[in-house]
Amino acid sequence: MKSNLLFDFSVNKENKTIHVKREFDATLDLVWKAWTTPELLDQWWAPKPYRTETKSMDFRDEGLWLYAMISPENEVHWCKADYKRIEPSKKISWLDAFCDEDGNESSEMPRTFWKNAFSETAGTTLVSITLEYKSLEDLEKIITMGFQEGFTMAMHNLDELLEALSDR
Amino acid sequence: MRRDIFQAIADPTRRAIITLIALQAMTPNALAEHFDTTRQAVSKHLRILTECELIKQEHKGREIYYQLEIDKMKEIDKWLEQFRKIWETRFDQLDTLLVTIKNNQK
Repeated sequence: MKSNLLFDFSVNKENKTIHVKREFDATLDLVWKAWTTPELLDQWWAPKPYRTETKSMDFRDEGLWLYAMISPENEVHWCKADYKRIEPSKKISWLDAFCDEDGNESSEMPRTFWKNAFSETAGTTLVSITLEYKSLEDLEKIITMGFQEGFTMAMHNLDELLEALSDR
Repeated sequence: MRRDIFQAIADPTRRAIITLIALQAMTPNALAEHFDTTRQAVSKHLRILTECELIKQEHKGREIYYQLEIDKMKEIDKWLEQFRKIWETRFDQLDTLLVTIKNNQK
């Protein structure tokens, strides 16, 4: 695996956006599939220790991806992506939300508008992601949640480390 | 009253104040010259930033100088870093998946 792949992450509070850019050592065709095929998304979308299980996906403009993020303790959080516009092998945009298992959104969490652009240069594919929020408060709430999740992940990694150490 | 750091930097004037005093410690009067608002308004922003411990006062003779608390600014960085880690984990997983698929195609 190439180790010099770009990873860029920035927050623009004035525009209420987060920008993420990442290169992948694979063709556009393959990266696009990984972002748009439920069987593949289920294998990477949720950051460990969470896992993803797709309930349904209707991949088209105004379509819906309904999936669950499942914690190691088997706590289920239903999420959805309301696809807005899809330009095959170029762009996908969607509005995400937490919801119930039928896709009815829960209103208390801020929604993120995702704009993703894909481009390939010499076998390396760049994905540029813009996350848009309605207000600065929404953006901050998402970052705070991310902090909590990140912290949980760190604790989980520590659990694994401790387990590995105690096996010795 | 305990204030939130992100609330402190959500305001454009306060961000401008941070940028200015990041270069050098400044008096409230010197700071106020950079803004169209009243001195009282600038003082209020300075108070909020002080309450958030993003800046601190230093007395030099009769003058009060404000300077940046670099360590507190680093806390904001650390906070974002945790959020960034989620993305890192997710993308590492995608890297692994892409390698697996490529190997299976061979």
